[in-house]
Amino acid sequence: MIPARFDYVAPTSVEEALQALAEHGDEAKILAGGQSLLPVLRMRLNAPEWVIDLGKIDALRGIRDDGDAIVIGALTTHHDVMHDALVEEHALLIKKAATEVADAQVRHRGTFGGALAHADPAGDLGAPALALGAEFVIAGSGGTRTVGADDFFVDLFETAIGEDEILTEVRIPKHTGWGAHYAKFVRVAHQWPIVAVAATVKADGGTISEARVGLTNMGSTPLRARGVEEALAGATASEDGVREAAAKAADGTNPPSDLNGSAEYRRHLATVLTRRAVAAAAGG
Amino acid sequence: MTTIEEAPPAAPEIGKDRRRKEDQRLITGRTRWTDNIALPGMLHLAMVRSPHAHAKILSIDIEAADKSLNIYEVFTGKHLAETQGVVVNAWPITTEQKTPDHLPMAIDEVHFAGEIVAVVAARTAAEARDAAELVDVEYELLPAVLDLKEAAEDKVLAHPSLGTNKTAFWQLDSAGQGTGRAIDEVIEEARADGIVIEREYRQQRLIPAFMEPRSVVVDPTGEQITMWSATQIPHITRFLLAATTGVPESKIRVIAPDVGGGFGGKLQTTPEEWITWATARKIGKPCKYTETRSESLISAHHGRDQWQKLTLAATKEGKVTGLKVDLLADLGAYVGVVGGGVPVLGAWMFNAIYKWDAYQFNCTPVLTNKTWVDAYRGAGRPEATYAIERLMDELAVEVGKDPLEIREMNWIKHEEFPFTTVAGMTYDSGNYEAATAKAKEMFGYDALRAEQKQRRESGDKVQLGIGISTFTEMCGLAPSRVLGSLNYGAGGWEHATVRMLPTGKVEVITGASAHGQGHETAFSQIVADRLGVPFEDVEILHGDTQVSHKGLDTYGSRSLVVGGEALVLAADKVIEKAKPLAAHLLEANAEDLEFSAGRYSVKGTDQGIGIAEVALATFAAHNYPEGMEPGIDAESTYDPVNFSFPHGTHLCAAEVDTETGQVKLRKYVCVDDIGNIINPLIVSGQVHGGLVQGIAQALWEEAVYDDSGTLVSGSFVDYLLPTAADTINFEIDHTTSPSTTNTLGTKGVGEAGTIASTPAVVNAVVDAVRQFGVNDILMPCTPERVWSAIHGSDPGKDTVEGAMPHFDGGNQEDNQ
Repeated sequence: MIPARFDYVAPTSVEEALQALAEHGDEAKILAGGQSLLPVLRMRLNAPEWVIDLGKIDALRGIRDDGDAIVIGALTTHHDVMHDALVEEHALLIKKAATEVADAQVRHRGTFGGALAHADPAGDLGAPALALGAEFVIAGSGGTRTVGADDFFVDLFETAIGEDEILTEVRIPKHTGWGAHYAKFVRVAHQWPIVAVAATVKADGGTISEARVGLTNMGSTPLRARGVEEALAGATASEDGVREAAAKAADGTNPPSDLNGSAEYRRHLATVLTRRAVAAAAGG
Repeated sequence: MTTIEEAPPAAPEIGKDRRRKEDQRLITGRTRWTDNIALPGMLHLAMVRSPHAHAKILSIDIEAADKSLNIYEVFTGKHLAETQGVVVNAWPITTEQKTPDHLPMAIDEVHFAGEIVAVVAARTAAEARDAAELVDVEYELLPAVLDLKEAAEDKVLAHPSLGTNKTAFWQLDSAGQGTGRAIDEVIEEARADGIVIEREYRQQRLIPAFMEPRSVVVDPTGEQITMWSATQIPHITRFLLAATTGVPESKIRVIAPDVGGGFGGKLQTTPEEWITWATARKIGKPCKYTETRSESLISAHHGRDQWQKLTLAATKEGKVTGLKVDLLADLGAYVGVVGGGVPVLGAWMFNAIYKWDAYQFNCTPVLTNKTWVDAYRGAGRPEATYAIERLMDELAVEVGKDPLEIREMNWIKHEEFPFTTVAGMTYDSGNYEAATAKAKEMFGYDALRAEQKQRRESGDKVQLGIGISTFTEMCGLAPSRVLGSLNYGAGGWEHATVRMLPTGKVEVITGASAHGQGHETAFSQIVADRLGVPFEDVEILHGDTQVSHKGLDTYGSRSLVVGGEALVLAADKVIEKAKPLAAHLLEANAEDLEFSAGRYSVKGTDQGIGIAEVALATFAAHNYPEGMEPGIDAESTYDPVNFSFPHGTHLCAAEVDTETGQVKLRKYVCVDDIGNIINPLIVSGQVHGGLVQGIAQALWEEAVYDDSGTLVSGSFVDYLLPTAADTINFEIDHTTSPSTTNTLGTKGVGEAGTIASTPAVVNAVVDAVRQFGVNDILMPCTPERVWSAIHGSDPGKDTVEGAMPHFDGGNQEDNQ
């Protein structure tokens, strides 16, 4: 496939990138790996006049410890995220979900921030980021601002990132010692999830003290299953112990109907997967 | 002390696990794929396609495209007019068949979304694509008929000028042709005092999805017009180019270079080839067209797509007495090169390995405003095999017997071969008992049945099902006279030439045109053994009509059983032809010579001469007998005397998660009897790939259209091709009943896995959930359908016609 003609710029700093964005604004698209932008270009679903490639901005790559949080640079690849020791120790749920993104080729090119900014509700990273209460650091001409996970995902493919802004890094509050599981339901391995459930749990002696549950592809944005989380406090760490809480997983959701499943089926799946994900995260 | 020199084995190559000699170049891509070809001054083409399923073309404005950067020409159907020829159906199944005209480029009306309405020729492929977007076509929408059953009612017509959507009615009736009793009588008897099972099965629409997209290059310069095409059928293409464009056949050269898969999907003469041909000739410069994957999915022909209404009659004990088949087959918008012949091929396969009193097959191929449908791996036979193997499981349930036992009660016993079936085919050889016994043992059948029982009794949330498919197929298309009697437009022979080069190397030319099967390796093994020359010394040439002037190409598991036999005959002719010269050089009588392991020896002496030496002596031609030509090359055209009938027993164990409906394959065992095997490694590859393709029909693949006739599963995001990550380790083995219809004793294997595996998997899924009152699940058995079946809702509802917009391109800030 052949994309339409476009001009290309590869800034080496966030400032340069913001400048390019200010200059080309509406006519530009940001390339942050290409997991989704390249198919869009190749299938000619969009024909931007400019592509601003963030791939040369080294400052956006890498993961660091920042006290009570870890900070993941927006351009860090899924492959680097899933193999990072800090992520494994403090945000195990992110590691589990990153491992499930597409296939090995995509995981080596696609980036953490790129996927989150794309905001596909079927993307694997939104629900875990939401569940862990991630904070999104966004740079604009007037400096940087931080947006909480609850406000970041606005709608289908729509986030709090403004037209002249760039997502630079994501702060994940540490959930050290929490168990985690990402239950992704697919028909073939390389598919987007039909439904997925991201669960991370603090369990103590077979009892769940705290839980965070995020839902993938159950609405136009990633969702947090707060009703489930509340009901899980004090539950026994087993499939039976969490059954009642998990049954609330689809409450208030509005999942899509498509080739891979009806909304009704997705609601059902969400409850089953939540039960399994929570139990697995709790080691039950 | 005397040393006894051990004679080399007579057939050291056949049966050897040779690694494929073509793989290095095929896998690395350092070869002549059509899209790799670049000619001086070559232009690149892009097609403009209709987004509408059925519409009148009111006007086409090419001005903006024509003025765009580096554009050479833009042509519409009106510009190409009669120079574009037509795309033909070579198998009208009845003399009255209604066949819509199929112009490569539509002029007045389009009949499916994806049909070509204009072509742009430019300096680069990117410029052609850009300009194609600027072609402005005004359409007037016409009512489209999309659903197969609705189309059969003729309320909305795909081609209003034909007056009907039904192209033909084709029947095989055992009473009518004298191969059995009248079906209606047998069904009445069963209704009175036996078992009648009535079912309707759906063969969903599939997309062949070969790895290499279709590509074509046409060079109109020089004396012969040359076409390179990623096709399975260079010879048929050449013939039809001559027949439909008025260019003498002698002025046409068609080359199928290395071709990356076909699965029947490249058994077609395509609008894209014909348009590239016409455009290159009109401009007078070489032109190349390579499709995008999206174009491939919407415009290359699809496969399957049938409704099968079935009435099976049996005695109370489970002895089948007859089957009536009423088939509706969706041909899409046009009748392809084989077209309605594909479902008709099923006529001889519904009776499978069984002995019945009566049989009737009724087939109505129907036109709709969707992508055309033609051959796809198995072509007619998987559909038939699916129906009967599903029915045999249903019968077993009805009678209360093990499904293997029911099959054994009904199948042809090994001592009954050759056996003429109720459909009128004579099966050459087989041993269903042996294959089944071996498969059962490998599978651990009894242990798995015990586990199934235990899971049922304990109410395990994961249930186990066991599926069976004891398939046969007819392959090696085909005896020319049989094809003639079926009104098929060509014969079924194959041609081979063996050329002895002066240096002792051997060039073999075959008319079978490989597209990934490994012909070069397997054919080299056959010739190496026959002529007693090293494997490495044999070169197989194919696919270029200037080199291989005669052939009928590759499809229908025919290359080995028909093409391989032609090779054997040609090699034997070389041996015979060279014999007088060998005798002359040895100063012996030809009658006293024997040929073995590449050497002519004088019987009872140690005198002899190798065939390479004879080849060199022929080249020099200094010393050869009076009255003999100095040439030992030979050719042969082999017309098969019959089909061959491979068979096998496939056993599948599947786990069904009753909470989600997810199906997981647990174990898959198959024991195929494909006669003698030339290269076991290649056979394993064919079986593995075939199994996955058949399993994919059972579980994953489905071409889905929306209400306006747009293909929703128009990319691999939504058309679910499995990868290695989705399959399990297959346990495969063989029994051997050599074919009696060719000297190598071989049967075809290219389609076997695909034909057998679909019903094995669906039978396993249904078996796993039968205790919930389920007796059928529509294919593909998606988790939702399985879950719905278990929970009492409709397991047969259509797939929701919508796709997730993962690549929505509308918002500037998306798509990072």
